[in-house]
Amino acid sequence: MRITQGCFSFLPDLTDEQITAQVDYCLSRNWAIGLEFTDDPHPRNTYWDMWGNPMFDLKDAKGVMIELADCRKANPDAYIRINAFDSVRGFETVTMSFIVNRPAIEPKIAMHRTEVDGRSIRYTHDVIR
Amino acid sequence: MDADPTAALPASVDLRAEFESSGVRELLEELDRDMIGLKPVKQRIRETAALLLVERARRSLGLSHQTPTLHMSFTGNPGTGKTTVALKMAGLLKRLGYVRKGHLVSVTRDDLVGQYIGHTAPKTKEVLKRAMGGVLFIDEAYYLYRPDNERDYGQEAIEILLQVMENNRDDLVVILAGYGDRMDQFFTSNPGFRSRIAHHIDFPDYSDDELLRIARHMLAEQNYTLSPSAETAFADYIARRRTQPHFANARSIRNAFDRARLRQANRLFESTSGALDADTLSRIEESDIRASRVFAAEPSHPTGPGSKP
Repeated sequence: MRITQGCFSFLPDLTDEQITAQVDYCLSRNWAIGLEFTDDPHPRNTYWDMWGNPMFDLKDAKGVMIELADCRKANPDAYIRINAFDSVRGFETVTMSFIVNRPAIEPKIAMHRTEVDGRSIRYTHDVIR
Repeated sequence: MDADPTAALPASVDLRAEFESSGVRELLEELDRDMIGLKPVKQRIRETAALLLVERARRSLGLSHQTPTLHMSFTGNPGTGKTTVALKMAGLLKRLGYVRKGHLVSVTRDDLVGQYIGHTAPKTKEVLKRAMGGVLFIDEAYYLYRPDNERDYGQEAIEILLQVMENNRDDLVVILAGYGDRMDQFFTSNPGFRSRIAHHIDFPDYSDDELLRIARHMLAEQNYTLSPSAETAFADYIARRRTQPHFANARSIRNAFDRARLRQANRLFESTSGALDADTLSRIEESDIRASRVFAAEPSHPTGPGSKP
């Protein structure tokens, strides 16, 4: 099942040139770029592993692409995403995030309904590999 | 910059028009205007610019596909303008499209070499990542290599650098800088560097006359003037300063000028009362220069203004 999280996730996977262009856009807005990876794509999983430190003083996307290549080499079967952090006061948050690597076979996410308090329904999601 | 092989190639290129439109002409003129002396350096940069322009034209006609080796070494004594010229070089390469962003990242050994095992590689890679798309300027590059200590971490930084200089030729240009004789030694013991560097540019020392012109240029930039007697004193100062240790060409002149300003400010503060006009505030007198310890018969302190600020 194709996981859709962050920007561009309903589009076909971005090529390296497209990723470079997106990163260049982020850098032109003075956003810091961070790389994160995980094998658990559950929507509630906010704790992805960091790949190195966020990169605050880059001028060119090539620096990010080098790290991305290294990360793909080390974790070929993981989800990898690029986060762009805006440090402007008042924002101070991730402003853009997109997936740049997916495992060959993506896990499924299954939904369970549980009836509670009469007819009310609670939903939970499970990642099934 | 990368020509699409399927696109129709132009049949001819007008080098003159390229020279004008790329902004290279403007940059070379700026170089001529702003940098005093340095004849051989300007000549070499002109030649390099011509080479790169022709290479670019060849590429646009589909005659060549490889990026030429652009790594350089700048050799010369301190204060001869190596960093300033490196900045101009970054601008030149940007205008010709050989680097994408054209910024200059200036580093020394401390920025590349770590302090313990496993610290060097990430540190060097960090710097290289910052320099991608621009020019990496390694000042006093020979400190990277310490022949007396074979376990020195500098060797690790050198290996990473060499690898990137070879594999990422499209992404960054490395300029190594330092004193002439020590750079020669460095290249002899690291043949990998010598073979990867295409352009060696040697920076000559400035003559006394050029240094005086540089001083005038610096003063004019900050709206200061020398009184006629101060000018003779300054010429005298340059001649004397040159024979003393830690002479650093234009940098010594700048430091001397900074101290002269200090003395001038002190003199004005102590001696005058009432209103001062702009002329008095911007004129440096002979006494401000003659008070320097360079004029003392015996130089009491061997340490002079040699180090970078």
